[in-house]
This record gives sequence, C-alpha cells and structure tokens, in this order.
Amino acid sequence: MEEDTITALATKAGESAVNIIKISGNNSIEIAQKIFKSKSQRKLQELKTYSMIYGNIYDENGDIIDEVIISIMKTPHSYTREDVVEINCHGGIAAVNKILDLVIKSGARLAEPGEFTKRAFMNGRIDLTQVEAIADIIYAKTETSLKIAANNLKGILSQEIKSIRKDLLDLIIDVEASIDFTEEDIEIITYDEMLKRVKFISSKLKELIKNEEKGEIVKNGIKVAIIGKPNVGKSSLLNLIIKKDKAIVTPIPGTTRDAVEEILYLNGIPVIMTDTAGIRESKNMIEKIGVNKSMGEIERSDILIIVIDNSRKITNEDIEILNKSKEKKHILCINKIDKKSKIDKMEIKKYIDEKLIVEVSALKNTGIDKLEEKIKDLTIGKDRFEIEEKIIINKRQKITIQKAKESIDNAINAIKNKLSQEFPALDLRNAYNLLGEIIGENTNEDILNGIFSKFCVGK
Amino acid sequence: MNNSKNVFDVIVVGAGHAGCEAALVCSRLNLKTLLLTINIDKIALMPCNPSIGGVGKSQLVAELDALGGQMAKTAEKTLIQLKILNKSKGPAVQSLRAQIDKKAYEIEMKYVLENTPNLILRQGNVCNILVENQIVKGVEIEGGIYFYSNAVIVTTGTFLRGRIIIGDKEYKAGRMGEYLSLNLTKSLNNLGIKTDRYQTATPPRIDKRTIDFSKTIEQPGEFEPLNFSFWNEKTIHKNISSYLTYTNKKTHEIIAKNIDKSPIRSGIISTHGPRHCPSIDRKVINFPEKTRHPVFIEPEGEYTNEMYLQGLTTSMPIEFQQLIVNSVEGLENARIIRPGYAVEYDYIFPSQLNLTLESKIIENLFFAGQINGTSGYEEAAVQGFIAGVNASLKLLKKPELILTREESYTGVLIDDLITKELYEPYRMYTSRAEYRLLLRSDNADLRLSKYGYEIGLINKKQYDKVLNKEKEIQILNEFLKQKVIFPASKNNEILKNMNSAVIEVPTNLYQILKRPEIRILDLLNNFGFDFTIKDNDVYNQVEINTKYEGYILKQLEEIKKYSNLEKITIPQTFDYFKINGLTFEAKEKLNSIKPNTLGQASRIAGVSPADISILLIYLKSKSGR
Repeated sequence: MEEDTITALATKAGESAVNIIKISGNNSIEIAQKIFKSKSQRKLQELKTYSMIYGNIYDENGDIIDEVIISIMKTPHSYTREDVVEINCHGGIAAVNKILDLVIKSGARLAEPGEFTKRAFMNGRIDLTQVEAIADIIYAKTETSLKIAANNLKGILSQEIKSIRKDLLDLIIDVEASIDFTEEDIEIITYDEMLKRVKFISSKLKELIKNEEKGEIVKNGIKVAIIGKPNVGKSSLLNLIIKKDKAIVTPIPGTTRDAVEEILYLNGIPVIMTDTAGIRESKNMIEKIGVNKSMGEIERSDILIIVIDNSRKITNEDIEILNKSKEKKHILCINKIDKKSKIDKMEIKKYIDEKLIVEVSALKNTGIDKLEEKIKDLTIGKDRFEIEEKIIINKRQKITIQKAKESIDNAINAIKNKLSQEFPALDLRNAYNLLGEIIGENTNEDILNGIFSKFCVGK
Repeated sequence: MNNSKNVFDVIVVGAGHAGCEAALVCSRLNLKTLLLTINIDKIALMPCNPSIGGVGKSQLVAELDALGGQMAKTAEKTLIQLKILNKSKGPAVQSLRAQIDKKAYEIEMKYVLENTPNLILRQGNVCNILVENQIVKGVEIEGGIYFYSNAVIVTTGTFLRGRIIIGDKEYKAGRMGEYLSLNLTKSLNNLGIKTDRYQTATPPRIDKRTIDFSKTIEQPGEFEPLNFSFWNEKTIHKNISSYLTYTNKKTHEIIAKNIDKSPIRSGIISTHGPRHCPSIDRKVINFPEKTRHPVFIEPEGEYTNEMYLQGLTTSMPIEFQQLIVNSVEGLENARIIRPGYAVEYDYIFPSQLNLTLESKIIENLFFAGQINGTSGYEEAAVQGFIAGVNASLKLLKKPELILTREESYTGVLIDDLITKELYEPYRMYTSRAEYRLLLRSDNADLRLSKYGYEIGLINKKQYDKVLNKEKEIQILNEFLKQKVIFPASKNNEILKNMNSAVIEVPTNLYQILKRPEIRILDLLNNFGFDFTIKDNDVYNQVEINTKYEGYILKQLEEIKKYSNLEKITIPQTFDYFKINGLTFEAKEKLNSIKPNTLGQASRIAGVSPADISILLIYLKSKSGR
C-alpha cells in the first residue's frame, strides 16, 4: 500500500557489538544492493527469502565502510509483509550513521517511530491486540512481563475475549428472540436464567480486570519507599539489600539527591527502592524541603518500609509516621537489634500488626532475608507463579473492559428490576460492541443469524 | 409539460404496496403520474398473510403514516381486528397488528388511486425500460406501445420471470393464477443492472365451515379504543377473532415420510427463501426435536369463508398438503380452498441503488419493494414512498430525502438494503434498529412529520396538531419538574395508596413519575393537579420519556459516538484495491458498493472493524499530508 521505502536503526546505537539497520518497502532490496557488494559476487535480488549473505558496504567513492551480513525477507514473509532487508553491521555510532545515511541517499526514508509495526498492521499481518503486545515486548523490563506480552502476541487475549463475547452473543440471541418473535412458541428465557448468565459474564470480566492490576506490577514494577526519622539506618539498609543483589542492580538516572532510587528484582518482579530524607519537624528550610519530598514519596509509593531504631525510645514522630503509613501497604523494620533495646514492643503493637514487624541489623547483616520475604509477600502475594499463565491486559484494554463490565452490571440491575427485555438488551449489546473493539470485531448481523440457527421462528 | 397523451412526469411500474405509495406521492406533489399494472383487478393485493403491522413492521407503517403515506389510513378503514403485540414489554417494542379484509383493502386502495388528481391508472405489461445517455426516458409495454416520462419507478414484486412451484409441478406466473413479466429482466440486465433469484412461499387457505373451532384457542383483538393512523381519532374497531392450534407428531411424520416430495428437497427450489418465513417442511427438517409448531387460523376477510393458516406454509404436492392440514387438531375435516405454493422471481441487488433508491448507473430510474430483495407489504410500502418522494423531488429540483438510521426504521431498512449483503428476502425486526428505544411507533409523528410537511404530503392542519403535541409535551414536562410534593402525612398516604414508597424530602412530580408503579394520570389526579391538554397522547409521551430517561440518554450518547464515522466521507473514485491491508473480500465489497462515508462502509458485510481502522488511518494520513 505504501509507496515509499522506510529505514531505521533497529538496535540501540553504540550499546552493542552488532547493530541492525532495517529497510522495508518495495525498493528495499534494490536500495541495499546499491551500497553493497557480496564476497560471492551474488546480487541481493537473486536471493531467496530468509537467506543471509556476507559482504561489504561501500560509500559513494567506493570506499569500504563496514563488513556486514545482510538478511533478506521477501514479501509477504516478513514482519511488515513488505520486502525487508536487514543489515547486520558492527557497533559504533559513526559506522552505523554512515550506513543509515547511505541507505537514505539511495532512496529510503527514515521511518517514524512505530512505523514498521504500523505497516504490519496496515498490511493485515497483526491485529490490534498484537500491535499492543509488540509494544509491550519492546518495553518489557522483566522476563515475566515478556512472557505475558508474548502470550498476547499469540492471541491468547483475543481468544479469551472471543469466548466471553460468544457467551454474551448467545444470551443476546435469546433475549432478542423473545422480543422479535413474541408470537412464536419458543422457549422464552426467564429473568432468573438471564440473571445467572449475565452474572457469569460479569465475573469473567472482573477477573480480567483484576489481572490487569497484577500485570501492571509485573510490567512497571512496584515502588517501595524507606522512611523514618534521621539516622535510624535507612540508607545502610537500602545499601545492604542492593549489595546482596548487586548483579542485577541498575541505577535509574535522573533521581534526585534527596530521594535515591535503586531498582532490583525479586523473583522477576522489578522493585524500585527509594531512600528518603529523614522525617522530622524542622525549622531549617533546606531540610524542610527534603522532608516535604519524603512525604511526597510516601504518596507515590506502593509499599512503605518504616525504619525505627532499636536503641532509641519511641517518639511521637515515630507514631506519627506509623499513622501516616496506614493507608499504604507497610512493614515496620526495627533496625539495630544488635544494640540494647530501648523500645517498648507492647506499645508498638498497638499501632501495627505483629506480622508486619521485622527485626534486622544492618550492621551485622541479619534479618535481611526476612525483610525481602515480607516485601515479596506484599508485592505479589502467593499468586506469583500463576501470573505467567494468566491473561494480562493493558491499560487501554482495561478501560474498555471496565466499560463493558459497567454495561453488564447495568443489565444485571435492569434484570433484577424486571425491566422489559429491550432495556437489558441495550446494555448487553453495548458490552458486546465494546469487547469487539478490543479485538477489532463488531457486527450486528451476528444476532439475527444466531436467532435463526437456534430457534424455529417465523410465520 | 407536454400535453401528449403518452407523456408523463413519472411512470410507476406495478400497483402493489410499493407502487401505490409511489404513485400517490408523485401525483399528490402535482406530477402527472402513470401507474401501470399487469391486471387492473389486482391492485394492492395481499397475496400472503391477511395482516398489516406486527413487530418491527408497525414501526414502519407508523413512520410512513407520519410522512404522509397511505397504508395506515387504508388499513384502518378495512381492518377487522387490531391487536397490540408485546403488550407486556416496553413501549419501543410494542407493535400494532391489524387483521385486514383483503378484498376491502384492494377496493379501498383502488378507490383512493382513482380519485387522486394527476394519477392515471392503466393496464399494461411493461417489457422494456427506455433509456438515452444513461437517463431514463419512459417504458414500452407488451404490444409495442410507448409511454414517455422523466422518471420511472419499478415496483414489480414477484412478477419478473415468476415461477410457481407446488410439489413437482411448476407454472410461469407472477402470483397464483396471474400473468407474469417475461421480458423486463432482460431489459434491466441490458442496462447493466444485475439480478438474481429469490423465493418465497404461502400456506394453503381452508374453508371456515370445515374447522372445529372448539379444539382451538380463540385469539381476539383489543377491546379498547385505538387508532392505526395518527391522523384518525381513537375508536373501538371491529374485532373478528383468529384462532390458535398446533401441529403434532402426526403432522411431522407425514412431512418427514414424504420429504422427498418437498420442492426444497427434490431440488426444484434451490434459491434462497426467507428464514423468517420458513415452510413447515423446513421447520420439521431443521428442528426435529420440536414436537409441535403453532398454527394461527386467520380470516382472509369479513365476507369470505377463506381462512389463512399462518405457520403452515408449504409447497408440497396438493394431496400431501391436504394430509398435513388434516393432521392438525381442529382441522381434521378441513377442506383446502386453494393450496399453498412457492414463488421464485428475479430481484435486483439493492447495492446498485443510492440511498434515494435511484439506480447508481441510470439516472431517474428508481426501484422499490420486493424487487429490491425485501419481503412484506410494509417494507414494500415505505420503499415505494421514499422512491416516489425522491423521484418527485428530483424532478422538482428540490433536495433529496434520505432518512438516517438514527431517526427511523425506514432509514435502517434502506441503509441495510444498500450496504449489507442479503442472503434471503429482507424483513424488518426491532433488533435491526440499533436505536430502537428512540424509534417508537408512538413518536413517529414527532420524529418525521416535519419532513412530510416540508415536502407537502402533510397539510398545515395535521402539522399544527404535531406542533401542538410537541408544545404540550414541553409544558407538561416543565409542570412535573416544578410541582413539588412535600413529605406531609397526607401526601405519603396518597403514595401508599398507589402502592408506592413514602417520600422523606420534598420531591417533584417528575421524580415520582420515574417510579415504575406510578402512572401519570393517577399521579396528577390523586394529588389533585388539574392539567388540561388537547392531545391525550401527550401524557403517554411524557410518561415514556420520564420513565426511560436513562436509557434514552444512553442511546443519544451512542449516536454521538458513532456519528464521527458517518462524517468521514470517502470519494466515489477511491481505489480500495491499492490498500493491501484490506482483506480481499472487503476490497471487493467496498469497490462494488462504494460507500459514501466510513460509517456506511463499517456496516457492509465482510468489512470488519479492522478494515475500517485501516481505512480510517489511510484516509486520515492522506488528508494530513
């Protein structure tokens, strides 16, 4: 459909040993041939689809720019369903840019972001849920989220939506038949049966929505903030957790000096740990700003680790922090248990469930495992291993499914109030259409076809 | 205009339900109109069921009535029973059905035609459409007589190469015992109009005196005052009963044993028949688990013994029809007066028409009714009306009338015909109208009579009545919102007497009326409000709008949501084959139908929402560059 040929660097420049430049479109093979000579003297046009060839890239003056391997995927057996050429060249920004430049001079246009996937969609290779799955794969941070995205690419989400829609359609058919074929001797669906079937559909949608929340955790990670008064050992606690998992720690750029963020993976779930400035009433302006930021961090976090010092008496500030944390999932971490205890544990238990208390010593490196275990429990509960098998939806899909569920719940109300069938029918049809939007299917004729195949109707 | 005898403004071919409406519209708009029919004794015939209206269909009749059509008026004059269907359901799916005295209807309609100025009725079998430079010029009838006109409306029903089938016998006929059109199809094909075959069937009629009514269930009509036409006062109508009985095991055995004699099985009929009107043979084949099917025994008229057997449609050989009939309870001794039969005929693919029902390739040539692939008197009549209106408006150089899906069943019907692929004769259902909660029979006048008035088919007095109704609805609405009931014990006592919950805060009448158990007249009377209005139907409108406000708003929102697609136009010259992403089926369908908007494209069968997304992205990126 598109007349022009597009190109782009498919890998991140400068980060890897090998880079890939992708060209897609009617002229992609011709364009690549203009700047390439194979060692075997064979032309790219002679190659079969899915073959590779070794050779050099030359510039306008006939100088060798890089030695490369080129792979050819001919239409329609490619990602975009167009002719696709991939140039595997060496890493290093200069060479890559030069090659890209040559490709463009030879007639290709630099692709817009996502244009390859857009072409795959436009050329009918993938449906909308798959487009989204590809985006998810590209941005997947962890193995688990990658697996979920891969499942969606396979069409598992589409299958589930289709199955829910099938149930819905069957119900609509029964309801519509009893409206349009009122004189017929067909078994008209009772309100009780309608209710039973609508509730079942509602529960299925509810499950999909619930899974989305877990999917978000898997995909985007969970934010954990370490809070407490100054000098209770927040930073050393964070360092300790990170040091233990050093191999997989990646610093996130752009963090502020006041709130240090580190990302670590607990059983494949990204956990973003934030160390905050100590919280206390202060007259010092600069410290006040830090404290305010800490309060903001509490707002943004999913889980709070409140640290108190075993060797100091509990103050009103500690209690206040505990109270402030109640709205979030939280853990109380009593640090410095190597020192003599001055805290009244009975008093603490008035403010917090015993199960949420962990005792550690950052200095002696004890109790850290228990802390991690508690974080894990609060993050994903016991369901962790199920997530991979479940269908996880993204935000856009969730919004649509939520709307569909609202319609279904409206139908439940209408049925409970014994409203005439055309009213719940409207809600059911709405839900049916909304779910159709997710998978890109949406048709009215299904209903009448269903009625005629299911019932003996007509004069 | 030319005074010559054979020159007219409009020629209508066929005087069935479509043809009569079309001819009446044109002549009433002061165009010199010729109505040609094969047989002048067979005008506005009802060759199948003796009723007008029904679920989905009465909505069409009400719209036609609101626009200034004839059907509802003639039906009201000749009906012998009026029944409300879906009475226990909501107002949107309630439908009126009138049992009609068929002969009286024919005579009454002929009388109306004969007494309409500018309308000339004439017998003649049209064999050729005259066209010059892709513009219609008139028609030729068998015998070589030419009639000239600026527009032609073709409403030939089942007459194009009609073939009647009973068992293994076949006859060439447009209807049982009638002549047919042998040559018109060829003329249409030569003009480039594509045709195919459809089939439909009718049950046997039996002698009333041979029925044992004691074994059947009487089905009387309504006893309350009603009107079938908006423009008539409500009155109590004639109430001649129908009767209900059932087929049984024995019936099904006879059919199963002799199924090879059924033309459906023997292969004599291979064309598509309507699924909504299946023969009893087909019912038994397709639903073997059913032990009985209903049979309604309906009078064909007030002064005849012929009774119609709804549900017992068959084209089996006559001797087996007799056996089938006699196997049914109450019909053991029934005598067939005329047998059931199937008829096969040519229809044109309606996708070759514009939404005005004008041909896309021949200017001023219009098509309406069963020739467009529909079935049903009501479906035919509204098409005849729309074709007549648009032919007239075009000749009068006025803007066309296209009713949308959002405002009418008529719009749904025509849009469906043109955009959807038909597999069988098309019949209207309420489930076809996505906005059916808004498109009620009871508000058709409020929705559509403004068009009838603008065109000149509704007179000032009638339109004033509608405007007054609109105004009174508004006044009553405001009244209900203003009048507040205080939670005094006296008031709560009244509510309790109406089986309704007490109020604890001051509440306006409007809120109280929302309660399902509260009826508007009781509410006003019991609280002592004196509200006098001219039009009693106003109470009904206000009550419906109040009680179902939530759902009505939902539908209005939906219309808004989808109206965006309706606004994106696609050029008629658009080449769908250059878009690789579309499926082959979608490309072919889009290319042949050439929809005007993306909304219309989205309703074409075989065009999926994925195709629409691709088109949308394509159209937007093209307009963006």
